[in-house]
Amino acid sequence: MTNPNNATITTVHTAEFTAGDALKIPTLRILRDDGSIYDGATEPELDKDTAIKMYDTMVFIRVLDERMLAAQRQGRISFYMQCLGEEATTVGSAAALDDKDMIMAQYREQGALRYRGFTLEQFMNQLFSNEKDLGKGRQMPVHYGSKDIHYMTISSPLGTQIPQASGYAYAQKMRGLKNTTICYFGEGAASEGDFHAGLNMAAVHKAPVIFFCRNNGYAISTPANEQFVGDGIACRGVGYGMKAIRVDGADILAVYQATKMARDYALEHNEPILIEAMAYRLGAHSSSDDPSGYRSKEEEEKWRQNDPISRYRLWLIEKGWLNEADDKTTIDALRGEILDALKVAEKVAKPGIEHLISDVYKEPIPALQQQLEELKAHIRKYPEAYPITAGRLD
Amino acid sequence: MAKMNMLQAINNALDLAMAKDDSVVCFGEDVGHFGGVFRATSKLQEKYGKARCFNTPLTEQGIAGFANGMAAQGMKPVAEIQFADYIFPAFDQIVNETAKFRYRSGDEFNVGGLVFRSPYGGGIAGGHYHSQSPEAYFAHTPGLKVVIPRDPYQAKGLLLASIASQDPVIFFEPKKLYRASIGEVPEEYYEIELGKAEVVQQGTDITVLAWGAQMETVQKAVEMAAKDGISCEVIDLRSILPWDADTVAQSVLKTGRLVINHEAPLTGGFAGEIAATIQKMCFLHLESPIERVCGLDTPYPLSLEKEYVADHLKTYEAIKRAINF
Repeated sequence: MTNPNNATITTVHTAEFTAGDALKIPTLRILRDDGSIYDGATEPELDKDTAIKMYDTMVFIRVLDERMLAAQRQGRISFYMQCLGEEATTVGSAAALDDKDMIMAQYREQGALRYRGFTLEQFMNQLFSNEKDLGKGRQMPVHYGSKDIHYMTISSPLGTQIPQASGYAYAQKMRGLKNTTICYFGEGAASEGDFHAGLNMAAVHKAPVIFFCRNNGYAISTPANEQFVGDGIACRGVGYGMKAIRVDGADILAVYQATKMARDYALEHNEPILIEAMAYRLGAHSSSDDPSGYRSKEEEEKWRQNDPISRYRLWLIEKGWLNEADDKTTIDALRGEILDALKVAEKVAKPGIEHLISDVYKEPIPALQQQLEELKAHIRKYPEAYPITAGRLD
Repeated sequence: MAKMNMLQAINNALDLAMAKDDSVVCFGEDVGHFGGVFRATSKLQEKYGKARCFNTPLTEQGIAGFANGMAAQGMKPVAEIQFADYIFPAFDQIVNETAKFRYRSGDEFNVGGLVFRSPYGGGIAGGHYHSQSPEAYFAHTPGLKVVIPRDPYQAKGLLLASIASQDPVIFFEPKKLYRASIGEVPEEYYEIELGKAEVVQQGTDITVLAWGAQMETVQKAVEMAAKDGISCEVIDLRSILPWDADTVAQSVLKTGRLVINHEAPLTGGFAGEIAATIQKMCFLHLESPIERVCGLDTPYPLSLEKEYVADHLKTYEAIKRAINF
């Protein structure tokens, strides 16, 4: 009877099961709803510029989400995903990282993206799939990505980024880079095989990756209590042999503090670490979803009182770093800027027809070149049927 | 030149690639100290250390996802899937992730340099979970390259080209030939260009096309046909994706006839793709319908393997049918 990872094995002589929820992981809370600090809690070290940048990012994405959801309803974009109620999870964590740490996101992490410096114009170009989109107009709205700011292009299949993050972080370690990878996913994605494969690979091969679970209560319409039993996602990290922490996802100071410590630990020990942020997805899963079919207005209202932005705003005002009047002006100005950028982006041309076959391989293979030539000849014959490309053939 | 079997040639290729480039790493189930169940990676851990040649947990999707991440970071992972029959848990990572990394990101990120090596095919009394030839599934996925060598010389050159490729490659190794196929292999580094078929024997009456382990089978059939006075042109496709339609069409324009042989089941197999393309490119030059000699549309059997396989006799009969049409 041996366990190679644990020299001290205790034995018992009476059959006794360990319960699935025996490991109760507590939740870190630093900031109270009224903007004050919990007794016994310590504020993380945050300078004013960083604190304000975090706040501006949260406000930016809230206004962006509101505006783009409206744009989707007007039929100007085909699809949108908002992160209402979860802003503190991604902004708080991104702020605790180095700008060169890789971000591997699911699809609801526009806060981390914006914090890294993705511009309003870049958001719009992706959302409108135009020729300025870094992804060359190939993916649905919100599938952002940018090599320059170390934000891996998002993939639609759920959880696929998890084992990739393990491999990416392992490669960072092999190359001697002093950077981590943060891997975001929801509690729904933690049901996928890739979650288990990815955590185990990272643990066994000592990859400095921060797994960040946004436990937001719903996987599309499936509530968390139909998604998993036991004490949430954090204990699964412990099960795979890594350190884990649970934080209040509406408390940006707690998220920041936990991520900062996680990053230090991952780099110092070359180990993965898991953060579970308890949040609530106040918005719909996507613009194709209607939460009124599966949850009550009362429930939503209760969570609306738990707004991560209001809580953080109160703390900033209390500190004298934010002025309420200026704040209102900023939001109004933002709405205008976003609308202007939207109007510009929707008029930019779609990618040229050569991008139908570019990037499938490093160089287009002969079959693709032939297919493109045949397609061009066909479009020349019926130009009115292909208005986006007909006038732009070489 | 040295005499090597296919495993030695593959091992030699990996050794050279790892010596040449620090970013090449090998991993998979049992790949580390043990050298893989077939010993394709033996001695590599000793030589290059545990960080560059290592065992993974038993998780094909984990291996594939991990490899994607490493390649996206700029390394060149050569990941082994222990049997091609077990590649399916990794199917999502390969088809949705590996294949589309460059395309979906507009080349912001790519996984060029990634190679999945996997033993495939029958002939080892392995039954239906150690015998499959799944190339057609991957051939339907733009963004991948799918390569299958027929002998040690080809295995080394094609594998080195796969590792050097800026596109991800699935490299299926005919495990029946691992030790059975022995040949002269240069000890130095060399590459064989991907995507190019090879005319391995010139002929005038009919073109016989195959890849991987089936090349031996068709050679036997061609020798039988030669005794009947039939001159066969034999082509090894080598790359399934992209595949060299021009070389095949050139040959068929000359011979007017085509027999395609593969080990995988007939329906939806890659022979169907080839037949459709070649009948379009060579329609007026065809003297007979294109023949397909393939596995049956059943799982790969254990006891009745000899009956099931697309063997030399079935191929010989197909050649005669085409000639006598």
